[in-house]
Amino acid sequence: MIRALLAGPRLRSWFYGYGAPERGSVVLGHRRVYILPTRLGWLYAATLGILLVGSINYALQLGFALTFLLAGLGLVAMVHTTRNLARLAVSTGRAEPVFAGEAAQFRLYLDNRARYDRPALLVRHQRSGAQLVLDLPARRVGEAVLAVPTSRRGWFALTRVMFETRFPLGLFRAWSYVEPEARCLVYPAPERAPLPAPAPDTAAGSARTHTQGNDDFSGLRAYQPQDPPRHVAWKAVARTDEMLTKQFSGAAGAELWLDWAQLPTLDVERRLSRLAAWVLDAEQAGLRYGLRLPGAEFAPDRGEAHRGACLQALALHEGA
Amino acid sequence: MSAAHPLAPEQRAVASRDLGWLLLALLLVAAPHALRMPWWLTLLVLTLYAWRAQVAVARAILPSRWLVLAIAALAIGAVYLEYRTLFGRTSGIVLLVLFSGLKLMELRTHRDAAVAAFLCYFLVMTNLLYTQSIPTTLLMGTALLAVTATLVGLSAPQRPMRANLRTAGLLLAHAAPAALVLFLLFPRVQGPLWGLPQDAYAAMTGLSDNMSPGNISQLAQSDAIAFRAEFEGEPPSPRERYWRGPVLWDFDGRTWRMGPGWIAPFEPPQGVGRYEYVVTLEAHNRAWLFALESAASLPPRARYTNDGMVVSATPIRTRMRYALASLAEPQQDTRASGSSIRRALDLPPGANPRARALAQQWRQGAQDETQVLMRAIAFFRDSRLGYTLEPPLLGRESVDEFLFDAREGFCEHFSSAFVFLMRAAGVPARVVTGYQGGEVNSVDRIITVRQSDAHAWAEVHLGGRGWVRVDPTAAAVPGRVDLGLSRAARQGDPVPLLMRPQLEWLRGMRSNWEALAHRWNVWVLGYGVERQRDLMTSLGMRDVDWRKLTAAMASILGVFTLVLLAWSLRRLARPDPVQRAWQAFCRKLGGSGMARAPAEGPRDFSERAARQLPAAAAAIHAIAALYIGARYGRDAARERVAELERRVRELRVA
Repeated sequence: MIRALLAGPRLRSWFYGYGAPERGSVVLGHRRVYILPTRLGWLYAATLGILLVGSINYALQLGFALTFLLAGLGLVAMVHTTRNLARLAVSTGRAEPVFAGEAAQFRLYLDNRARYDRPALLVRHQRSGAQLVLDLPARRVGEAVLAVPTSRRGWFALTRVMFETRFPLGLFRAWSYVEPEARCLVYPAPERAPLPAPAPDTAAGSARTHTQGNDDFSGLRAYQPQDPPRHVAWKAVARTDEMLTKQFSGAAGAELWLDWAQLPTLDVERRLSRLAAWVLDAEQAGLRYGLRLPGAEFAPDRGEAHRGACLQALALHEGA
Repeated sequence: MSAAHPLAPEQRAVASRDLGWLLLALLLVAAPHALRMPWWLTLLVLTLYAWRAQVAVARAILPSRWLVLAIAALAIGAVYLEYRTLFGRTSGIVLLVLFSGLKLMELRTHRDAAVAAFLCYFLVMTNLLYTQSIPTTLLMGTALLAVTATLVGLSAPQRPMRANLRTAGLLLAHAAPAALVLFLLFPRVQGPLWGLPQDAYAAMTGLSDNMSPGNISQLAQSDAIAFRAEFEGEPPSPRERYWRGPVLWDFDGRTWRMGPGWIAPFEPPQGVGRYEYVVTLEAHNRAWLFALESAASLPPRARYTNDGMVVSATPIRTRMRYALASLAEPQQDTRASGSSIRRALDLPPGANPRARALAQQWRQGAQDETQVLMRAIAFFRDSRLGYTLEPPLLGRESVDEFLFDAREGFCEHFSSAFVFLMRAAGVPARVVTGYQGGEVNSVDRIITVRQSDAHAWAEVHLGGRGWVRVDPTAAAVPGRVDLGLSRAARQGDPVPLLMRPQLEWLRGMRSNWEALAHRWNVWVLGYGVERQRDLMTSLGMRDVDWRKLTAAMASILGVFTLVLLAWSLRRLARPDPVQRAWQAFCRKLGGSGMARAPAEGPRDFSERAARQLPAAAAAIHAIAALYIGARYGRDAARERVAELERRVRELRVA
């Protein structure tokens, strides 16, 4: 029972001063800032010890003054090291989805509401060791982007993050933990060298693949990097200096179904990887595509939102 | 934890900027030592500093470990040859300075630099072993700031050095109150914890326990301060200022020595002309204390000898302060033991025949000792002996040579010859050394007595009157006592610079400076066991011992730390204006039943509130937009914050 109590969240939250995970803006109260001397700090203490003995031995009053000034400096350094971390407000921003194997980019906003700057703050993701050091000016919000490697699809929760500082003298190390409620969607890693998009399957209601349908010009939209160069409205670019892409609508576009059932020989993860790669290729090729999974179906469409919805479904697929 | 820790000092290379600051700090702390070290060592250390700077600037590689070791071995060997030891105080300090240069040659990381900075703290301390004067203190304070700024710079390599310097100043300013509390309350103990190196007190000057021709005149060329005396009321006239030191009994023909002394019970004499005063005695590594003749009370724990010296139990190795009283005209104590009378008549057989003959001549025509004394004084007054700081060297028959051949000398010659003559004439006599005179500081009225005031006179024992002071130098050269050394000595003698009469204005400046230095000596450097007890008593703590002091010290420091912590966090506890305005907004809506859920962000909350309170929807949206802009955007301009505050103020919810 005691072990259960010790391992339980209540004790943990009492001990660390917080319960995980934490929402919104987390302020590092001084209760959850820990501080211990560093090895340099111990060396400093030993130096002070020798100086004190020397002062006593030679009855050196200024020696006493020096020793005590340095002792006071150590004490003050402890307070200042705590101060460099205490009451820092940490909040998380949106983490853009990534593909498995890439690094999730977690954005942490460190809000320094104090009138003094907070130099040399280490932000470190405990599990992966991803870390960076930043200096926070007074009354400014700093952004720390932790690049945490991912390996599996699905929701990736950012676990415990440590904040540490040794400023100003390096004699003490103050640190604090935060477990922010932040997660990043991890898409299945697209399986490279994919098959070309499968042949049209009329029975499944998919469509003609032959043309890009450049007859049904429906308007201009902002250029996106994956747009094929021949869809760029070069005349408009020359006129306005703005990259624009011609959009075509309707039945003229190719329509394609990406179907779970088309890949019966692969295991679940490889199927999802293959489908993810197809989604990317289809989107890049400017096709209209639909996705069919056990228990979910996305009608043919294209565009950023559609692509995101398909990939999310692949990422969160819970097939056995 | 696979990744290297980016804050760990072992991992971080030292930037040239921080190395530059470290070098500056090292130069500041090593500069005073450079004047004391052998020139070749100063040159070597400077070369090492310059070498390291060159390596940093040129991004060259550091010399190999073996080369550094070879330089170290050679230098240590040379230090040994110079001082014949490695463990004396001076040689130890010199080695520390050398190591500061050698450490630089293998300085790569933040950790190495921090160790070198700690070495700087040691070097500051070693400077204080030589002098604790105000200028040294100021220089060392500057060095301390530079060392601390170096440490701050190492911890924050990206930060501009001006900010780091400001932080270092702030840290030291915050540390000062804690240092003051520790300084005042840390229990002081008397005396060293263990034996000090042999040469620990070699540099101290002062009178010694013997006197041979030339050693007082040597001492009199020093301008150093022997002690200072603060009188309650008017100080004594120059004529009365005889500061009694060692009494010399035994003569071997050339040198006078103290011989064995006896501690005697102190019986305060009766008489008139009482002076109460406090003496601040510079360390002189001898046990005797100086008192104006004749002591009428003793300082605590001091003792009295049968020949009228005031002595302390241990040698005076730090500046010491004691209070006592003296009588200018005490009633004579006529008692004297037979053994001391015999000792005061003893002379080495055979030496100085001409002086003996002269003494015999006085003896024969005289009725009593007083008459012999009168003749002797008349002889010294009339024989036109010269007074000089550069007396000729004397041989074995020192008294004869002085009186009849050289005919000029310093006070040790006069007193030595006089006491010899008295003994030869059968009058018990002894030599008394000490200081005569001293200069009254025009600023604080304190009398400063310098080594140049060192003097020797005589005492004779007369049957009905006891021991009587006779100053043969004053008899021969009256100006010595009234005017001080400078006007009595012959023109052209090497009188200490500031003793020369032409430099009045310079003396005025020196008076001011010395008044300040005296206060520094008394209140800072003289803060020992006694002063601590006095201070605690005046603060109402009776019978303080180390337990009480430690308890007081610990509790004050604890409170100090908490106050400092609270102070540094207080400035954060107050939310900024944006946050304040937002909280006021939430309170207003809360008052009309629209409490914000804890997890609800500003956008969700304002939209929900706008739906609930359509009358104020526009205002709520505007406030939320301003708040989000100020809080999360880059848009914290002052006008926007003011607008937010105004809108929250004007918001009306039914």
